[in-house]
Amino acid sequence: MMGRRISYREALREALREALQADSRVFLMGEDVGRYGGTYAVSKGLLDEFGPERIRDTPLSELGFVGAGIGAALGGMRPIVEVMTVNFSLLALDPIVNTAAMLRHMSGGQFSVPVVIRMATGAGRQVGAQHSNSFEGWYAHVPGLRVLAPATAEDARGMLAPALTDPDPVLIFEHAQLYNLEGELPDESTMDIHSAKVRRTGTDVSLITFGGSLPKALRAAEELALSGVSAEVIDLRVLRPLDDATVMASVRKCRRAVVVDEGWRSGSLAAEVMARISEQAFFDLDAPLARVCSEEVPIPYARHMEEAALPQVSKIVATALALMGSCA
Amino acid sequence: MKASRIKEAPIPAPPSGPVLWEKPFALTMLRDMLRIRRMEEKAAELYGAQKIRGFLHLYIGEEAVATGALHALAPQDNVVATYREHGHALLRGVGMGAIMAEMYGKQEGCSRGRGGSMHLFDKAIRFFGGQAIVGGGLPLTVGLALADKMLGRKAVSACFFGEGAMAEGAFHEAMNLAALWQLPVLFCCENNLYAMGTALARSESQTRLCVKAAAYGMAKEQLDGMDVVAVYEGMASAVKQVRTKGKPLFVELQTYRFRAHSMFDPDLYRDKKEVEAWKTRGPIHTYTARLKAQGTLTEDEFLALDVAAQAEVDAAVAFAEAGTWEPIENLLSDVYTPAGAT
Repeated sequence: MMGRRISYREALREALREALQADSRVFLMGEDVGRYGGTYAVSKGLLDEFGPERIRDTPLSELGFVGAGIGAALGGMRPIVEVMTVNFSLLALDPIVNTAAMLRHMSGGQFSVPVVIRMATGAGRQVGAQHSNSFEGWYAHVPGLRVLAPATAEDARGMLAPALTDPDPVLIFEHAQLYNLEGELPDESTMDIHSAKVRRTGTDVSLITFGGSLPKALRAAEELALSGVSAEVIDLRVLRPLDDATVMASVRKCRRAVVVDEGWRSGSLAAEVMARISEQAFFDLDAPLARVCSEEVPIPYARHMEEAALPQVSKIVATALALMGSCA
Repeated sequence: MKASRIKEAPIPAPPSGPVLWEKPFALTMLRDMLRIRRMEEKAAELYGAQKIRGFLHLYIGEEAVATGALHALAPQDNVVATYREHGHALLRGVGMGAIMAEMYGKQEGCSRGRGGSMHLFDKAIRFFGGQAIVGGGLPLTVGLALADKMLGRKAVSACFFGEGAMAEGAFHEAMNLAALWQLPVLFCCENNLYAMGTALARSESQTRLCVKAAAYGMAKEQLDGMDVVAVYEGMASAVKQVRTKGKPLFVELQTYRFRAHSMFDPDLYRDKKEVEAWKTRGPIHTYTARLKAQGTLTEDEFLALDVAAQAEVDAAVAFAEAGTWEPIENLLSDVYTPAGAT
């Protein structure tokens, strides 16, 4: 069965268009989503189609408009708030963490906050220290949030609809390196926003990753195959709540695991995944757990320095091979 | 020591003049100020007895603000308040028993004992908290108003905040968004002159707060927050203006907190004489005196209102005492919305 080829960016746009058509309560707001067409051109053309009320340009007020998106969700709308980058979202941590994530529990279960907040994340484009982070792991720390990291065109196309029907706040992280990536959309897709997926099957080592690191892990698996190592690639997809079952099933089969995460190493999501594997599958392991994360520096501008700071295919391959060696 | 260099604003004369309301309404306003006062005096006592723990921020002295303002709002309107919100919750219609039980941490509380004094909520009457991050409620209110505008509802979204919140970026972002998008938000600044222990002149370069509204091209109103007559009349007109024009409005309600910021506050940052001077402007006794002077209220009627308020407090305490603890097995419930709950 042949699907349709589409870019990650177009997939996101199709999903937005479909959501706006399907439900009059849905609207998109954020910096330059309208006239400009979206910083990453995701919402290009939507202003003409849906008008300025529903494709709402905001001032540079992350705290203000993210808070307003949460309020609009409480007021009966289904807002999609676009924050230009994860670094800028730090200006909106208060409404996301102190309000959206806590409101239901601290009100004794009275209020759900059905807001979707999308943002670009990640490095690799030489945009320097203040535009290059991966703070997904920070958000995944917070109970009350659902955190998604679509890494394929299919997920970019499919995750928005279930995120909008989720009654609780959902954060969607779009790695900036993925927007131009093309992928196949299956004719029929069943989309969930709770499970991790096996993107490549293997038997020797599990490469567990998400978002912008998925293409790197898949290339690493190809290289490892040339060395006779069969790598399985797990795409976490949902960073909170984590799908432990899929991860453990893979680790129990391969008996070795490398976690690849573009966040800084200390206190990273990788650290959490490794802790869970230690807790749940320790006696199934044939080698110590390993990870490839970003180096603990502000991401530098110069290309060779930036590359050195980030997880790369070569580092993943070397780390996996070292694990294979450690049980020889 | 630096504080002494800051010129203190003169304390205005106590509220005075005739109260032109019909007697039943005039007495309702007195009754509601008394209900807040007696409830909070009891809360302070219960805090001492360790029945109420955590933070407890009393509104004593500021009752005219919530009383006048909440009476001016309609059931379809949205109300967002701060962590000093017992009075707002009560007059919005949260039962005193549910408030007291919440402060006890009992599951019969309006937030099932999970929120406490600072996080009173009641969805059914559009009371959205109980927001304890200073300034945090303002963008939220802008969003509620945006939803109403997009859904074609003729509601006013009122947010209460202290003058301390005006130093937060959230205040300025919310004011700009509300003015830019022409949203029906009623910004109610309860200026009690102190952000915790920091006097207004020590936290704001511009202490004439209404000037800030002008910066956003927003209509403004300044009211004597110790005078329930001025508050109600001013707020009724402000609410009407926001509702009919669909535009935001900023109201400064000048008031004063008679008690410390919270039960942990030793209240060392202001002169006792200043507190005593402001007490001469107390919203309850000055209003009572005005009603008596013009023959609208007798001492017996006053006592009857007070006895009724005390009885309501006693019943609320009994309700809280009889309340039950949420089972620990429920700890993780409602972090997320259960399937089928909405």
